[in-house]
Amino acid sequence: MEARRLDFPALDQDVNGNRLVYLDNAATTQKPRAVIGEIRRFYERDNSNVHRGVHELSNRATLGYEGARKRAAEFLNATSAEEIIFTRGTTESINLVASAWGARHLRRGDRILLTEMEHHSNLIPWQLLAARAGARLDFVPVTGDEGLLDLGRIDELLDGTRLFAFTHISNALGTVNPVGELCRRAKAAGAVTLVDAAQSAGHAPLNVREIGCDFLALSAHKMAGPTGMGLLYGRRELLEAMDPYQGGGEMISSVDFGGSTWAAVPHKFEAGTPDISGAFGLRAAMDYLDGIGRDRILEHDRALGAYAYARLAEIPGIRLLGPAEGRAGLVSFVLGDVHAHDVVMLADRVGIALRGGHHCTQPLHRKLGVESTTRASFYLYNTAEEIDRLADVLREIKRYFSR
Amino acid sequence: MFEDLDELYQEVIREHSTHPRNFRALPSPARAVDGHNPLCGDQVRLYVAMDGDRVADVGFTGQGCAISRASASMMTEAIKGKSREEIRRAFDSFHEMVTTGRSDAKGLGKLTVFSGVHKYPVRVKCAMLAWHAAIAAMEGGVAEVSTEQAEEAPSPKGGEA
Repeated sequence: MEARRLDFPALDQDVNGNRLVYLDNAATTQKPRAVIGEIRRFYERDNSNVHRGVHELSNRATLGYEGARKRAAEFLNATSAEEIIFTRGTTESINLVASAWGARHLRRGDRILLTEMEHHSNLIPWQLLAARAGARLDFVPVTGDEGLLDLGRIDELLDGTRLFAFTHISNALGTVNPVGELCRRAKAAGAVTLVDAAQSAGHAPLNVREIGCDFLALSAHKMAGPTGMGLLYGRRELLEAMDPYQGGGEMISSVDFGGSTWAAVPHKFEAGTPDISGAFGLRAAMDYLDGIGRDRILEHDRALGAYAYARLAEIPGIRLLGPAEGRAGLVSFVLGDVHAHDVVMLADRVGIALRGGHHCTQPLHRKLGVESTTRASFYLYNTAEEIDRLADVLREIKRYFSR
Repeated sequence: MFEDLDELYQEVIREHSTHPRNFRALPSPARAVDGHNPLCGDQVRLYVAMDGDRVADVGFTGQGCAISRASASMMTEAIKGKSREEIRRAFDSFHEMVTTGRSDAKGLGKLTVFSGVHKYPVRVKCAMLAWHAAIAAMEGGVAEVSTEQAEEAPSPKGGEA
């Protein structure tokens, strides 16, 4: 697996006089040459607008764009390519559901269920929808520092819930939620489900039919693909019963001055010229990841997460958040009295890229009684040696502030 | 390992950040002003008790990075017993120092340890947070609340844009 580092040109550099140790992968991963090259190749050879073009280049662009959709359906084991809608990323995918599904299906007094560990992108779209529709938000509680969902009252919470949206892997805690079980329980209660797969796509095999979700959202840039690109998976019957998301070109069947009819799914949801190069890049990323094997990436990710948790736990006075066992490849922590902003700045001085703050999970941080945490997050190219280096540097940082 | 950062994190700054002075809430009727730095989540609640035109007592609570904690701690020491006008002048001198590095203004005293901040523009907000709260407390207005009401008080956004 470590030989794969060579596929990522951005990793091959020094930062502040030290070899770059890139541990900010939950924010965005680096991109392999296969992805960068495919985007370049698209612009150098196939660049043209998609759909309805008759000339050769438009034909190639359309075939590549729709081919990426088919590839994404296969990547997620969706029933058909029509169940894949290309978006700008997880955030837009969730907003699409909140807007297009919510407008049609949510009524005053209805309930939406979320969890306390959601990223703001899986919270604020529902707050906006709830305010518009007069609906109510409920939250599955998080147990505390160990960061697990407290499922003790889940059936009670699901009773009467119209939609249950939850993250697969917590970007702040590293918790891996039992998505299949949550979907089964939600389905039994008659609730529609949405899985935020931003942190799991590209880190683990994902099979939407096995999970049993109605919607699933992901971002290309967190799985070795380009920024500004992502997708929404939606079960076909649900997509067909939804209103369009945005109006414009590409999404119509017939337009008159008085009114219009919509294209069939998925194009009904893709107004305007899409991110064509992004779709080419996403396909290259999926091919790259499957070339390695997502089961192998999962194994590597979990091994690094467990190792980092164990190594960091040895540091006196550190407070680790999230589960001790079965965590994903990221660790969030509070380094004694040293503030996250200072930890990140000092680590950067020796070439280690970390992230500090509330990681877009401010309510969760408030609940845990911390304003900010430092996060190290891993991907397929990270190594145990890099985690050893992190542990050494964190001890030095602590020493620096205790003098 | 971090010697090149010593100019920013001076020994005095590190010492104040780990052992902040006047780190306590003041009882009513002291004024409380909340300052918040959304960039890194620094939060300070500054308490100021006035005796006429002068600061009789001052304290602060909250969480923040080393620069913001040390700055709040040393600011409370600097403004105790000072008049509104003296504090406004100190604010201006301090602000000029952390943005330009000029530390020759009169009355900065120990505060010159923050002159290294100007080389790290993202940290200027951290250093200024408590000072903005102090000015808001001096000027009263919407931020002029008793400790009982401080919870509901509108929080001025501290720091530079």
